[in-house]
Amino acid sequence: MRRFDTAKLAVSVFVASEAVFFGFLIAAYIYYAYFGATGPGPTAGNSLNPPRTLFFTICLIASSGTLWMAERKLAGSERKEFRLWLAGTIFLGAVFIAGQAMEYAGLISGRVTPERNLFGATFFTLTGFHGFHVLCGLVALTIFLILTFVRGFGQKEVSGIGAVAIYWHFVDVVWIVIFSLVYLTVWL
Amino acid sequence: MDHKRIGILYLSTTLVFFCIGGIEALLMRIQLAWPDNHFLSPDAYDQVFTMHGTTMVFLVVVPLLLGLANYLTPLMIGARDMALPRLNAFSYWVSLFGGILLYFSFIDGHAPDAGWFSYTPLSEKGFSTRNGLDYWALALLGIGVGTVATAINLIVTIINLRTEGLTIRRLPLFVWMVLVNSFLIIAALPALNASLVMLLIDRQLSAHFFLNLGGGSPILWQHYFWAFGHPEVYIMVLPAFGIISEVVPVFSRKPIFGYGFVAGSTVAIALLSLGVWAHHMFAVGLGHAWDYAFGASSLLIAVPTGVKIFNWIATMWGGSIQFTTSMLFALAFLFSFTIGGLSGVTFATFPIDWQTTDTYYVVAHMHYVLFGGTLFAVMAGVYYWFPKITGRMLSERLGRVHFWLMFLGFHMTFFIQHFLGLDGMPRRVYTYPNLPGWGAMNLISTIGAFVMGISVLVLLANVWISLHSGEQAGDNPWNAWTLEWATSSPPPEHNFNRVPPVRSPRPLWDLAHPQGGRA
Repeated sequence: MRRFDTAKLAVSVFVASEAVFFGFLIAAYIYYAYFGATGPGPTAGNSLNPPRTLFFTICLIASSGTLWMAERKLAGSERKEFRLWLAGTIFLGAVFIAGQAMEYAGLISGRVTPERNLFGATFFTLTGFHGFHVLCGLVALTIFLILTFVRGFGQKEVSGIGAVAIYWHFVDVVWIVIFSLVYLTVWL
Repeated sequence: MDHKRIGILYLSTTLVFFCIGGIEALLMRIQLAWPDNHFLSPDAYDQVFTMHGTTMVFLVVVPLLLGLANYLTPLMIGARDMALPRLNAFSYWVSLFGGILLYFSFIDGHAPDAGWFSYTPLSEKGFSTRNGLDYWALALLGIGVGTVATAINLIVTIINLRTEGLTIRRLPLFVWMVLVNSFLIIAALPALNASLVMLLIDRQLSAHFFLNLGGGSPILWQHYFWAFGHPEVYIMVLPAFGIISEVVPVFSRKPIFGYGFVAGSTVAIALLSLGVWAHHMFAVGLGHAWDYAFGASSLLIAVPTGVKIFNWIATMWGGSIQFTTSMLFALAFLFSFTIGGLSGVTFATFPIDWQTTDTYYVVAHMHYVLFGGTLFAVMAGVYYWFPKITGRMLSERLGRVHFWLMFLGFHMTFFIQHFLGLDGMPRRVYTYPNLPGWGAMNLISTIGAFVMGISVLVLLANVWISLHSGEQAGDNPWNAWTLEWATSSPPPEHNFNRVPPVRSPRPLWDLAHPQGGRA
């Protein structure tokens, strides 16, 4: 007797455990940024570029929208449109990662590193693990895009795409929290 | 990728690690047998106690319970396999890889030596300069990932693959506890993973999350570690409660007393366990408000736990009790776990904790909970389910020898440590001066440890003999009532030819009594 889609249920539980993981990293960031002392050196205020990151943030949020569109096309069996929206999602996610890579390169060349002070340590830990999750999502989405050409649209593929979508939206939500906490507060 | 084979892999791997961890324990007891002993150097002693604790917690108790859950859950809910068989295999191998990585540290020259909870700053690069702690953190990350993956798998399996009619109120209590436990793993294990990556970033990228230098906070490590570590204590005992809730009714020939309370109190324990972590930190000086709050929440846990103890006793009350080896271990669990629970309550009273923390009183307490509690329950489960898993009975005669040696050896080793602790003997120190009574008490403790060591040899002999010439078990040697006994022993790869209908928590009893009636 099956009650729920296995893949979607499994990924939902997985996402719950990931939420706890990010919760602890976010708590560490808040603790050192607002309750402890990050020590002299770089801070969010003097090293980050919120307007630029806002652009990449919009890309990531938009990618959730395009993935949602892709899922709707899939439900309506519009295969070509589905592939286009999915490819768009992958493109937007890749733009976000490229933005993060640029940001990291700039910071590191400006000697903002994990060993400098606690801002560096918490910033790279938090955004680094998030970026790693985006990367994993991109790999998964790309695999599914390829699978639709190789294997077509079986029940397994459809439920798998639904499961990856849950993960992708989650990673997106985590970024909204991180962006608000790390970047937007600079403008306060 | 069959869940039964993976379950057996888990169980046999943990048996190997159990023997390794046990030998480490014996090395410590030899060193402590008399005052001013120099059998082990202080440095070697630190490595041995760290490896003993880490091994027993992460490579024995947790995977032992996960292995049993892996083998039994699909059978008990009438399913063909776990919901995600490949993920299941991944969990096992990634955990085993973690275990091998941990022990590889010996080959690399130096095992971790900062205790199983690796308090910072001791575990930081400046104080532990060699690679042991890096192996420790990486090994635990592997095991942590594997444990979370298994929990996901168990949750999906139990939610999705129950057979027709097996509603949540008819679920075998072992499965109930496994389900609650899996949610607890999801809530707690990621805290360990987060702490470990921060520690690794400190050690490898020279950050200072947990170093005072530059504003880091060693106390944060304690908060994070115990936010995982205290739920972990319940992760290590809830499935054991489940085993007891299966074994006690069957050998009392009565249904469990207060099914709803046993299941519900488990949920209460799981929720409470998330809010008590700082009772490991009373000696830190968090302030009275925190001490009161965490003392009170810790005391509260005694309530649902007590409910369970009363339920099990009430189940036995008026039953026709069969004193099989399995039941003897279940009774030993009740006895020892209650003692461990009571000493636990004394810790929640934080002025007492200030006196007893980091003494042998703590060592005694946690071994009463983990060995006298969980391990005795697992032994009850091993004698109970071994016939199902292998198709052969374990010898009851050898079983009794094993039981009495282990029971007496256990209490001989650990009961006396309460007094050593109250007398002020600190834990984790490689030797002690010849204070009045300390030498004698430690010697008794060491002799007890060796009695336990012999009992494990008896168990191994029993398993060996049984596998070669044990009595055939048949489908249902104990006249038990849950679904795993409705198939052959060992079960075929597809588990069931036909799953019997489920109309109550005891489907096989219903099958034997089609007209209904009382137990």
